[in-house]
Amino acid sequence: MSVTAWTYLIVGASFALYLYIAYRSRAGTTSEFYVSGGGVKPIHNGMATAADWMSAASFISMAGIISFMGRDGGVYLMGWTGGYVLLALLLAPYLRKFGKFTVPDFVGDRYYSQVARIVAVLCAIMVSFTYVAGQMRGVGIVFSRFLQVDITMGVIIGTGIVFIYAVAGGMKGITYTQVAQYCVLIFAFLVPAIFLAMMMTGNVFPQLGFGGTLTDGSGEYLLDRLDGLNTALGFAAYTEGVRPVIDVAAITMALMVGTAGLPHVIVRFYTVPNVRGARSSAGWALLFIAILYTTAPAIAAFARTNLLQTVDNAPYAEVPGWFHNWEDTGLLQFEDKNGDGLIQYYNDANPDPAFQAAAAAKGWAGNELTIDRDIIVLANPEIAQLPNWVIGLVAAGGLAAALSTAAGLLLVISTSFAHDLVKRCINPNISEKGELRCARIAAAGAVFVAAYFGINPPGFVAQVVAFAFGLAAASFFPAILMGIFQKRMNREGAVTGMIVGLIFTASYISYFKFINPDANNAAHWWFGISPEGIGTLGMLINFVVSQVVSAFTPAPPAAVQEEVENIRTPRQIRG
Amino acid sequence: MATPENRRAHWRANLRILATLLVIWAFVSFGCAIFLADTLDGIRIGGFKLGFWMAQQGAIYVFVGIIVYYVWRMNKLDRDYDVHED
Repeated sequence: MSVTAWTYLIVGASFALYLYIAYRSRAGTTSEFYVSGGGVKPIHNGMATAADWMSAASFISMAGIISFMGRDGGVYLMGWTGGYVLLALLLAPYLRKFGKFTVPDFVGDRYYSQVARIVAVLCAIMVSFTYVAGQMRGVGIVFSRFLQVDITMGVIIGTGIVFIYAVAGGMKGITYTQVAQYCVLIFAFLVPAIFLAMMMTGNVFPQLGFGGTLTDGSGEYLLDRLDGLNTALGFAAYTEGVRPVIDVAAITMALMVGTAGLPHVIVRFYTVPNVRGARSSAGWALLFIAILYTTAPAIAAFARTNLLQTVDNAPYAEVPGWFHNWEDTGLLQFEDKNGDGLIQYYNDANPDPAFQAAAAAKGWAGNELTIDRDIIVLANPEIAQLPNWVIGLVAAGGLAAALSTAAGLLLVISTSFAHDLVKRCINPNISEKGELRCARIAAAGAVFVAAYFGINPPGFVAQVVAFAFGLAAASFFPAILMGIFQKRMNREGAVTGMIVGLIFTASYISYFKFINPDANNAAHWWFGISPEGIGTLGMLINFVVSQVVSAFTPAPPAAVQEEVENIRTPRQIRG
Repeated sequence: MATPENRRAHWRANLRILATLLVIWAFVSFGCAIFLADTLDGIRIGGFKLGFWMAQQGAIYVFVGIIVYYVWRMNKLDRDYDVHED
């Protein structure tokens, strides 16, 4: 069967599964719509959280990014997993005990302030919308690459599926579809990885094959071969760090803290029955995430080695079929600058004069191959000559990742509107049925806006996601952390801190990414920290400002302070 | 018996556990995998240089271990101080 036929079959089957689950998980109450009735078992919650967390970026782009960054790719690997430690230890169990439905709910009640609630709602909506635009775009792209469906149609189909299970089932529908989506995506990610690991290093575990020796008879370690290939072509050795250490640390911290501050991740800990469940759910989530995150760097290394060995000075007329397939999609572009019919892929911007002299002596006239990072995961099955059904599976996995994250984000937007704005601010007397209807309408509205952004994405989707992390790091994380651990932190301190952290981070990122991108290099950055890492500084500023302001303003009311003490023990203790 | 002193002692023990685990968290990530990575690269395990391995895999394994230990340890603490859920 052809690739397209397999893809339709497997993707179609996965969609049918999600719709069936949605039908079985219809929500009847606001509690079911917002937090799935609080009855989700920790292991299921862990799987759902993992799928919710791992977006199209984790599935498709991350391995590719790492393959180009080498050791520095660790910022994403550690940043996106280290945040779960912060969530599990510092946030999840206490938030679950506090027992609200949403993050703005916690902020609004803990800081006894509608202003705080509204600031939190705006942050949550901003962070979630920026994120969801990227996901719907990812859905469109997978459809267009694998199903020969045009991107707009792809976005509409994907949006339709999400619409059905999100609007009908709310958090309940979303949670159980996410469990299914996790199974699809992890299977789809591991199959090519295991095949590649066996083919290249004879080891069935990609994590071990990563450090193993090549099966091509040389007995050389994979990573040593890759280092050699990279340096011969003028790139930095794969296993060495390139970015300045302070920036690596700042980015890692910003990603960790930002992860712990993302509303759509935090809200997943409200759906378990109790505090114990919140703790173990975080453990399960990281375990399920780690399966993919420890495989991705292995894929990155295998794929880059394969790619370099295949294209390095290869005659263009003799390249394998996959090369042309991906040229057709534009993810791979070849331009024979010196007319010798051979592909020269190398780092023509290498400042080392000895390297440039050697390149010129070989007749090289500039880098001829432009490679999009996404090719590393998407083209892998073809490069490794895997059967057609594997390719269909990868498409289904990419869609599962994108749809699961999109659903989680859309739910945050919908509950922020229906619960935090309408019920808690505008119309507190709205009935349960009324609130539920409002939440469904908001979910539908958010789905349409997301589809619009998927079809007409702002040109800067990837930067915008970095924005989302920076904002979460500088606004939510400090406010929630202080809310839990510091009884004395009051409304004036927290709100001021959130606003200052937000404005600082948003301005820094906007300046370097949108207003004056030519200045976006280490010479102009503060303390050598890039826009991706500035959330760390924003977080510190938030903490400092909050402390200073709260020292000069009244302490929180006794009832609030008592509530803060109450969340420190799992059991409800009175008196 | 969940007296106020009991709860304070429970909270202090909770904070101690958190502090220890966060030190380990920071050490494997910012310590081993970032600031000391170049130094650790001098040690090889199979095909891996240690600093590189920490940055790309090792830190993640330790993170999972930290949470697993935390879950077990906190459940035990709650039972010891009689503040656990039923």
